[in-house]
This record gives sequence, C-alpha cells and structure tokens, in this order.
Amino acid sequence: MSGITIPVQTDKPKLAVYKFSSCDGCQLTLLNLEDELLDIANAVEIAFFLEARRRVLPPPYDIGLIEGSISTPEEEERVHQVRRECKYLIAIGACATSGGIQSLRNWADVKEYASLVYPSPEYLKTLETSTPVAAHVFVDFELRGCPISGDQLLEVITALLAGRKPNIPSYSVCIECKRRGLPCVLVSKGEPCLGPITQAGCGALCPSCSRACYGCFGPMDQPNINALGGKLTGELGQTNRDMKRMLRTYNGYLEPFKQASDEYERLEKQEKK
Amino acid sequence: MIGAEQGIKDVWFLSLQGLGHMISTLCAKGYTVVAPVVRDGVITFSEIVSVDEIASGVRDEMGPGKYRLIDDPLSRPFNYVVGQDSPKRFFFPPKLELVAMHVEGKRFVLDRTAPKPPKLAILGIRPCDLAAIHVQDRVFGYNDEGVSHRCEADTYYNQARKQSLLIAVNCTQPSATCFCDSMGTGPRAKEGFDLSMTELGGGFILRAGSDDGRAIVNELPVRDPSPSEIELSQLKIDQACERMGRHIDTDGLKELLDDQIDHPSWDEVAKRCMACSNCTMVCPTCFCSTVTDSNDLATNVASRTRHWESCFTHQFSYTTAGSVRSSLRARYRHWMRHKLGTWWDQFGSSGCVGCGRCITWCPVGIDITEQAAILRDHPDASNNGGKRQTERGLTV
Repeated sequence: MSGITIPVQTDKPKLAVYKFSSCDGCQLTLLNLEDELLDIANAVEIAFFLEARRRVLPPPYDIGLIEGSISTPEEEERVHQVRRECKYLIAIGACATSGGIQSLRNWADVKEYASLVYPSPEYLKTLETSTPVAAHVFVDFELRGCPISGDQLLEVITALLAGRKPNIPSYSVCIECKRRGLPCVLVSKGEPCLGPITQAGCGALCPSCSRACYGCFGPMDQPNINALGGKLTGELGQTNRDMKRMLRTYNGYLEPFKQASDEYERLEKQEKK
Repeated sequence: MIGAEQGIKDVWFLSLQGLGHMISTLCAKGYTVVAPVVRDGVITFSEIVSVDEIASGVRDEMGPGKYRLIDDPLSRPFNYVVGQDSPKRFFFPPKLELVAMHVEGKRFVLDRTAPKPPKLAILGIRPCDLAAIHVQDRVFGYNDEGVSHRCEADTYYNQARKQSLLIAVNCTQPSATCFCDSMGTGPRAKEGFDLSMTELGGGFILRAGSDDGRAIVNELPVRDPSPSEIELSQLKIDQACERMGRHIDTDGLKELLDDQIDHPSWDEVAKRCMACSNCTMVCPTCFCSTVTDSNDLATNVASRTRHWESCFTHQFSYTTAGSVRSSLRARYRHWMRHKLGTWWDQFGSSGCVGCGRCITWCPVGIDITEQAAILRDHPDASNNGGKRQTERGLTV
C-alpha cells in the first residue's frame, strides 16, 4: 500500500449504523446533526456507516444504531449477526421499534399487495409480517419517531459515552406542547390530535405548525386510547375507520396502538353489518 | 361604598387612549411589558411594545374540553377571560438551566448559573391568576417585606417576582368554566396588585395597590372618576359574581376528600383521564418540576436543567420499587386532593383559584367541580371509616 494511511484510533468507542427495511430518514437524522456531527465523529470512531462513508472497520462495535424493520428472510438472519457485533444495540425510529408503516401488511395478504405493486412479484422474497427489531433480538434502548429526533439521538449517544442514563421521557406530547406554550389544537380548533396518547420527544413539532399530532412517536407510557377515542369519534366526528387508520399509520403494530386499532376495526366491521 | 376598598385618592379614571400611555410609560421605565394577545386563535400572554398588540375585538367561549375565540362587535381590550397560559411561566419558566460546570484537574469550574429574569410588567392579570401568583409565592418561598414562608426561596422566582409589576384587570365577563367566586379569588382583585383596572365603556377605573403602581399613575393622563363611574364598575363586578359558570362548595371540602378516598367515582374519572397532564400544565398554581442532568459532547460541560413536570405522568413518582401511583385513579385523586385539600396542610391555602383552565383544556373535559359535587352529593357510606387505603391495599 502506498500514499497516506489514516491511523485508526482504537481507543475511541466504535459506532456502527445499520439499515433494514426503512426509508433512511433516521440515518439521515444523524447526518443532519450538522452542528454536532463533528463532535460525534470526534467522540466515536464511525466504524460502519454505509450511507456516510465507504471505509468499514471490522466488528466488534461499541454502539450499534439499527434503523428499519425486519421484513425479509435475509434480514431475519442478519439482525442476529448485528446483535453479535454490537455491545449496545439501539433501535432507532418507528420501523425499528414498531415495524413501521410497512407493518400495515401484517393485517393484509402480502401476496395480494405484491401483485398490485410489482410486475414480477415472483422475484420477491419477503416475510408475511414486518416486525420491530426487539421481536427478534435483545435491544438495549429504543428511540421512537418517524423520523427520530436529532436531539434525542444526540442525547442517547452522549449519555452512553458518559455512562449515564439518557433523559428520554415516556410522557405525552401535551407536556412538551404546553411547555412551549403552543395553543392546544384539539381544544381550540377541534383537530383530531393524538398528542394526549403519544410519547413526547418531537418537541411538539406538528402542534407548533398548528397541526394535529399523528402519533409518529407511538404510544406514551400507559395511554388511555379509549378515552381519547371517545372524544374523537364523538364530539369531533371521526369514524371508527378514521381511528383505526390514525393508530395504524406509523406505529400500528406496537401495543397498545395495535390492540386499540384492532378494536376500532371490529367496530368498523360491526357498522357495516 | 365608593372608594371604600382602597381609599378614594387611590382611584382614577383612565381613558381607552390612556392605555397606550400606560404601555409606553412602562416601556420607558425599563419594564418588559407582557399582555394578552391573540395567538393561533387563543388568548396568550406575550411580550408587547404597543397597545395595538393587545387582544381586542374578540370574546372567548369555553366549556369542558372546548375553547373558541369569536369576533366581538365591541372592539374593547380585555373583553375575554383567561386563555390557555397563565402568567406562571414568567416566574416559574417551563425550562430553566440552573447551573453548568466542567471538571478541570481535580475541581469543578462553573460555566453558567441560572439566567437573570427580566423586569416584567404583566398587564391584564385576572384576579384568579393574581391569586395564583400569591399561592405560588408560598410555594417558591417569596419573601417580601418580612413575610416568611415555609419553603426554601427559589432564586429565579424571587428575583422575577420582586422586580415585576402586576397589573390586574377585574372580570366583568366570566366564562362557563369560571368559579373564582367559589374560591374567593375573584372576580374582583382585592389585594396583591400594583395596579388594578375595571373596564367600562370608554376607559378604565384604575386603582393603585402599591407605591410602584402609584408611580406609574403619576405619569398617566388620569382624572378623578365620577361617582356613577365607580358605581357602574362595582355593579359590573357584582353582576359577574352572579354569572359564574361553575361552582364548588368549599365548606368542609378537605375533610370530604379525605373521607371519600375510596369513592367509586374515582374509578369513573380514571376511565376518562388520559394522564396527558394538560390540567397541570395550564394550572396557574401547579408547581411540579423535574431536574435532569446532561452533558455536552464537545465541551464536556455538564448542565442541570429544571423542566415543568406533572404528577400525572407514570414516571414522575417512579422509585426503585416502581411507580408510587401506578393507576390513573390514584393520580387523578392525588392531584385533586392536593389541589383542594392537602394544599392547606402544606402551604396554608387552597391550591385551586377557580380559573377553570383544567376544565377547559382537558381534552376530554374532566370537570373538577363536577367531581367535587359527586363526592358531596353522593358520598360513599362504606368508606372504611375514613381510613385510607393505598394502592396495594394497605390501610394507613
């Protein structure tokens, strides 16, 4: 070998970023941390991050960020390899923590879906379901969101390096919304907002744009979905179908959104009869 | 009756145009003026520099879980009641960095301490919110003129409170969720203000409650009010008492809450409560907070930050043995009993001022006055002789 070789600092913790069935949005959140990206690169050795750099260092890795759901037979095997390679494995984003939007297939016939989308579906190798990483291997930490919050990702990495517990809240979006002093879109506009049952972390992004929360951070700790559903389907005129769709959009396969959406589906079918 | 409350020399009439003078006087005296403005269809306290920014020509309609701002043909300022936010955030900020430091060699080096609060003039404080400020004074150990409270003084709160000017506006239009009359906090601001205003057709009856207030009045184009103007202002407030949307019977309320700790209605409330914490966030007296430590990846500076938190969250009472109040029933009951009952033991006052925000801004419209009435009107006779049963079935 000739030319300049970049020395590899082995004393820095190694970071790996993996992609499974996903849109890459959560990996991009890491790259979009423009002000902090150099600090991260300074603190850890970016050892495996195909979206960002060609160079790959061999495992083991200290921190593994895993994006995407498990939706193919190949992924089902590879995720075990990933687990073996990483000391800490952190699932990032709605796909990796709940199965994501693609878990809509879990309630449908995949073959029928595939025949509608692909001209030659016989080349497709796919699982019947799209499931979160934790359904396959032990995960040390989960970061919710579609996509994840850059601040939360930075917090988890920083906390892990400092050896402290990350400050990731499990309460409702409403707390972040009210701290910011944003007018409540549900009470003041009658919007069907999922904020009261959705986990915080986004900083009440949608309500800050006068939009209702659509639950991309998934269920908060002990949500009372039935109570919110009563308000939304009653006074605010949402149908059972609307409720089912809202709950299933991003984190539909994550309990207790799953169970509640199944119940609204049952009610929807009952209406039709 | 005329002038009986504050003494006649402390009462003036300020014209509607004079309000603009008041704002510019306050600005000239170095105050950051905060007043109710319209933001996304909701009355919100915000910093202003001109009288035009104050919300006017709007009226608010409220009910349990519902708030709408509608056009008002009378284009007056202050023809509405309370919005979502109270002045709480100006003395007790939702997020406050308390300290930041780093390690150098073997010692800590201080990087930052809590910021200095601005010198505020808060205009348009409703009597319920004014009462709430005095409730929080006890919580944060505000020590003014030798009045000492049981709590340790919060530095930011004390600085902000001491240098701030409170300008109250008496209520003549209570909403459907108001019950300040029951809690004895309104609709007339009795004390604890620097200036108080009562809106009439063409101006305001202005009263001073402190030397700072009088100093402002000295620079305003005021005149003596006519006896009929004063009488009209009294009448409007008296009428407001009769139009309160809600009511709580506070007689023996603390004992009632203690006695009805196992009432079946707590389970009914728990079915509706989402523990979203909106009630505690909008409550002008709720003071729960959490303190988190963080560190900066680049500089290794560690910082400690205080955020608003809520007794409704599962993690708030988390201990090594799990959450102390794991059910929604326990959390709602704890909040309501504290607000109306045990607050007396802790701070010597009620924790509720009757502003009605927890009713309006609860997404599902849970009504504290309704719950209090259920306990009173349909008490549970089999209440275990007033003995308290904990979540795990222990009798204490």
